[in-house]
Amino acid sequence: MTTRRLRLAAQIAALGVVAALLGLLGWKLLQGESEVTSELARGGAPEAPAFTLERLDGGGELSLASLRGKTVVLNFWASWCNPCKDEAPLLQEASERWAAKDVVFVGIDVKDFRGDARAFVERYGITYPNVYDGKGSTIGRYGVTGYPETYFVDPDGRVRHRIAGPVDSAEEVDEAIRRALPPA
Amino acid sequence: MRLLAAALAALALAAPAAASEQRPTASELESELVCPVCETTLDTSNAPVALRMKAFIRERIDAGDTKSEIKAKLVADFGPAVLAVPPRKGFDWIAWLLPLGGLAVAAVAVGAVAWRWSRRGEEPAPEPLDPELERRLDDELERYE
Repeated sequence: MTTRRLRLAAQIAALGVVAALLGLLGWKLLQGESEVTSELARGGAPEAPAFTLERLDGGGELSLASLRGKTVVLNFWASWCNPCKDEAPLLQEASERWAAKDVVFVGIDVKDFRGDARAFVERYGITYPNVYDGKGSTIGRYGVTGYPETYFVDPDGRVRHRIAGPVDSAEEVDEAIRRALPPA
Repeated sequence: MRLLAAALAALALAAPAAASEQRPTASELESELVCPVCETTLDTSNAPVALRMKAFIRERIDAGDTKSEIKAKLVADFGPAVLAVPPRKGFDWIAWLLPLGGLAVAAVAVGAVAWRWSRRGEEPAPEPLDPELERRLDDELERYE
């Protein structure tokens, strides 16, 4: 009887361990799946995940919430990423062109050295705010799959469009911004 | 005598560890740090960020930094996930304790099974059959031969 009980307890424990491991696997898979990219793919307008990150220029922190009411262009980049270098001048020009229309550009430097990132900003003459996310805490929530990637957030804080890979032309940026602008 | 041998062995092991801490090589650091993009150790990665990190490690070694200082600088920028082996503190202890716990449970299970097997040999021999019953059984068996 005791042996039978012991065997039953061992079987229950083994099942518990397997269930826990399966749960862990499911949790990990769900973590990898970003609601932003999946909802955008379904034609929706997901809420842009909030963040508060240190500014690369040393001017304290910048939060996405502080930009509510403006159209925000979020560009994920890194100094070691070659396509990021190609698109940098284009994004800087676009930020100047749209500044008067309440469109704010924000660069999020991910998985990078702070020093390299600051040198990058200086080299390409980028004047819009850039924040530092060395640990990459934002990329999973946004569903960033490579660098660069750009997200267009409307004044209500909803992601309206995403460009995976480098921005190729001024027209492409302008068109994406128009999608995130409030109705005229 | 045994104590002296143990002390000498501990000294022999401690000396290379101290040398490694004070004068780390690029290859050992590259095997202890992870590329944050491809999530493999630096020595097996040629991703752009891994190449940049390898260059940084060489710069810091040339500047005379210790192994801990180099790792601390990389953790400051990229977070603790760049360490191939988690630090022994806080929640990260679980990464060290879980395998040990698993080993302990497995050892107890193997011990219990071995104990039961060893006890099987000690079970008392079955009682001899009644002579009359044994004779009848032999007779019956003979009929089938």
